[in-house]
Amino acid sequence: MTDATTPSSVPAMTPLSGKGSLLVQDARTRKRNAAEKRFKAYGVVAISIGMLMLIILVFNIISRGTGAFQQTFVTLEVPLLAEKLDKKGNRDPNDLRKVSTFGYAPLLRTAFEDKIAQNGIETELSPKAMAGILSAGAPAQLRDFVLADPSMIGTTQQFEFLASSRVDGYLKGRVSRDSIANDKNISAEQLDFVDKLIEGGSIEKRFNLAFIIGADSSDARPEAAGMGVSMIGSFFMMLVVLALALPIGVAASIYLEEFAPKNWLTDIIEVNISNLAAVPSIVFGILGLAVFINYMHLPTSAPLVGGLVLTLMTLPTIIISTRASLKAVPPSIRDAALGVGASKMQSVFHHVLPLAAPGILTGTIIGLAQALGETAPLLLIGMVGFIASNPPDSIASGLLDPNSAMPAQIYEWAKRADPAFYERAWGGIIILLVFLITMNTIAVILRRRFERRW
Amino acid sequence: MALSLTGYVVLAVLVLTIAAFFAAKSKAKSTANGDVRLLHSLPNYYGYNAAMFTAVPALGIMLIWLLAQPMMIENSVFKLIPERIVEEGSSRGLVMSDVRRVAEGLDIAVAQGAITDTEADNIRSEARDIRALLGEVGVALGSDVEPEVLFAAQEYRTLSSVGAFWMAVVVLGVAFIGAAVSIVVSKADFRARNTVERGALALLILAASLAIMTTVGIVLSMLFESINFFRLHSWTDFFFGGSWAPNFRGDSDLSILPLLWGTLYISVIALLVAVPIGLFAAIYLSEYAGPKVRSAAKPLLEILAGIPTIVYGLFALLTVGPALVSIFGRGDQGLLGVEWMSGATAVLTAGLVMGIMLIPFVSSLSDDIINAVPQAMRDGSFGLGATQSETIRQVVLPAALPGIVGAVLLAASRAIGETMIVVLGAGAIAKFSLNPLEAMTTITTRIVSQLTGDTDFASPETLVAFALGLTLFVLTLGLNVLALYIVRKYREQYE
Repeated sequence: MTDATTPSSVPAMTPLSGKGSLLVQDARTRKRNAAEKRFKAYGVVAISIGMLMLIILVFNIISRGTGAFQQTFVTLEVPLLAEKLDKKGNRDPNDLRKVSTFGYAPLLRTAFEDKIAQNGIETELSPKAMAGILSAGAPAQLRDFVLADPSMIGTTQQFEFLASSRVDGYLKGRVSRDSIANDKNISAEQLDFVDKLIEGGSIEKRFNLAFIIGADSSDARPEAAGMGVSMIGSFFMMLVVLALALPIGVAASIYLEEFAPKNWLTDIIEVNISNLAAVPSIVFGILGLAVFINYMHLPTSAPLVGGLVLTLMTLPTIIISTRASLKAVPPSIRDAALGVGASKMQSVFHHVLPLAAPGILTGTIIGLAQALGETAPLLLIGMVGFIASNPPDSIASGLLDPNSAMPAQIYEWAKRADPAFYERAWGGIIILLVFLITMNTIAVILRRRFERRW
Repeated sequence: MALSLTGYVVLAVLVLTIAAFFAAKSKAKSTANGDVRLLHSLPNYYGYNAAMFTAVPALGIMLIWLLAQPMMIENSVFKLIPERIVEEGSSRGLVMSDVRRVAEGLDIAVAQGAITDTEADNIRSEARDIRALLGEVGVALGSDVEPEVLFAAQEYRTLSSVGAFWMAVVVLGVAFIGAAVSIVVSKADFRARNTVERGALALLILAASLAIMTTVGIVLSMLFESINFFRLHSWTDFFFGGSWAPNFRGDSDLSILPLLWGTLYISVIALLVAVPIGLFAAIYLSEYAGPKVRSAAKPLLEILAGIPTIVYGLFALLTVGPALVSIFGRGDQGLLGVEWMSGATAVLTAGLVMGIMLIPFVSSLSDDIINAVPQAMRDGSFGLGATQSETIRQVVLPAALPGIVGAVLLAASRAIGETMIVVLGAGAIAKFSLNPLEAMTTITTRIVSQLTGDTDFASPETLVAFALGLTLFVLTLGLNVLALYIVRKYREQYE
């Protein structure tokens, strides 16, 4: 390279051709610049696709799920005829109890006959077909009312009944006269009748609190299904996860980060934890089924078992984030504590741990949010396939009685054949996502407010 | 009964623990004549020491006892049940669950006052209809109670209550001894802090080893049941057979190959969606985007990763599937006017949605890896006159390639183990087919369907789920270990 110092020996650089100019790009440069633009555009397109998918997903959830928060109600004045409900006339609760829901159905027919007489509605429907626009649970609602207060027998009371899911779908635009051509549950004449009742103001659609706090219902009554009981199930599971995963996770991280000597055993534990974090969640379900249910005979479908399985699943997440926040505490804090005579254990528990607490809390909330949305392991320990109808009455029954959980309830609805349940499933997703967004927001706020940069 | 007794024992131990804490603390102070400066440790440490010695051994023994007692009782009770009943009841587990149920029913009947405790121990099924009796108190039995089963149940109750009694005695005894010893040794020169810290360290180690125990639990639980499965079903059919046709009357074809085919096909489609989009998004975010775009786009993309998989499953089943059907199916009414797709569940449905789910996974991993490529390499390339895209393609990506391969492998392992999207979106038909518009099934889907509903843990049709789970575990573990190895190797290269 010594030649380079003597430029005269090198032939002078001649322009590639007479046309060459810095102001005019030649073909190759144009090609390279075009390639540059294309490449950048690929990136923009990729991000746009990602965003588009997010928007489609969110739009889809909201547009299909908000309907579940509204429900169609039918207002009726029902005469509680004494000759039907209390033949002996003595208002004895035991005798009243013997009248089954079948005994209440005729009252609803009478109520409809009165209604058309009052409002002057002309219809060729039989009273039974008119009552068919109500939910199948309407007679039970009447019966519960009468049993709660037998003195009401003989009076006429105004009730609000849930409309059947088909009528509800008609008001929400899901059911039309074309779509019910082969439907045994409702006829076009009934829809005409519904139109007339809407004109008369007896049928209206409004907010339905029962979807949020109510229990699941049987296949035949999608209009009555709610998320409430499964929400309680999820709550108890999260309680178990929090009570077990947080202390165990923090203890494990403290050991691995502060005390563990560097040897093969701690290496194995570390590799193990990072691998556990990537094990498919369904494998944890198999573990739960084999160990907690088949071996320890804990009750099937219990939130306790669900919580234990989710604890094992969340532990690696919590350990990884706790270790990161312990690592972020500068060594000078430890050295200072040791320097004024604290023991190793005191320096960790009195100084490092409090400083790392916001980070640990953030990681725990994110781990909990992850556990809250997990479905697959819950399928294997039996938290689907039945109707979670009664809210638990104590902490023990909340932990041990069969229950569902929010994601499992959504799965259950998605599996049912009636499209009315799909709306419930999307609505359930909205509720689930509200919880997840709240938890993640809290985590972000905690991090912003308390995280210290050293 | 047993539960409430356990509860009382725990409560008693806790009360004793608190008492020991204060007793030891004041004892230590009094040995120093009230001058805390003479104590070896802070006064509270004497209390912690006493509390630790009272509670930990007692509760530990109790836990072991509670786990071991049912097994020992079952073993001894099982000897009382003659072969005849086991044969009729088809398996030991089923008969034992009958026994447990009757015993529980008797407990409930006693608790409700339907019968007295001595009656419960002495009734014979010849004399009284046990099924009706238990039905009254709300315990429904499937069949009439055999005298031997009733006898075994009574024995079970007796042993349980004897066991519970002795457990209470032993646990409380251990707690008392622990409390007494630790209070006696609490003198001024006792090195209380060191003992407490050793104990705390032991607890920390125990917590850390839970991770290993979980792995061991996963492997053992699946291994045992898989061995049971291979006793009932030939392993050659499982690994090399050609068809999956479970038949609950027995004689099923249970081969993993068609399921593996479905799993891999869906995963490949998912990766074909996720890897290009995720990779280009990562390249744009790390090389082109300004800080504002980056700080807005990155968290938005990561929202996709935080959405629960059940949401994606529903999205596949109710949105993407029907949309695909309206393009590729429905004969003349479809967009293309072809009849290629009959139902919403298909390989393409599940693959597309899983791809969307994996985009942020690939992009954030690749983003980290691209950012780890030293700036000097880029600067060198720019200095030679390369454009930014040439630098990325010819310098940054080759340097980041091992890391990106690791990221793709991790994404593949996620795709293989994903459950909810395929349960709802992929279908239930096991077959070898190349058509992405057909429904196919996967390993995870079959695990769910074999283990939900009425399951009999003695039939190969149920046990096959454990063999499938073990295969899945080994597969994903292998991919993860390989991926982590590659990523780690790559990181070392530039550190």
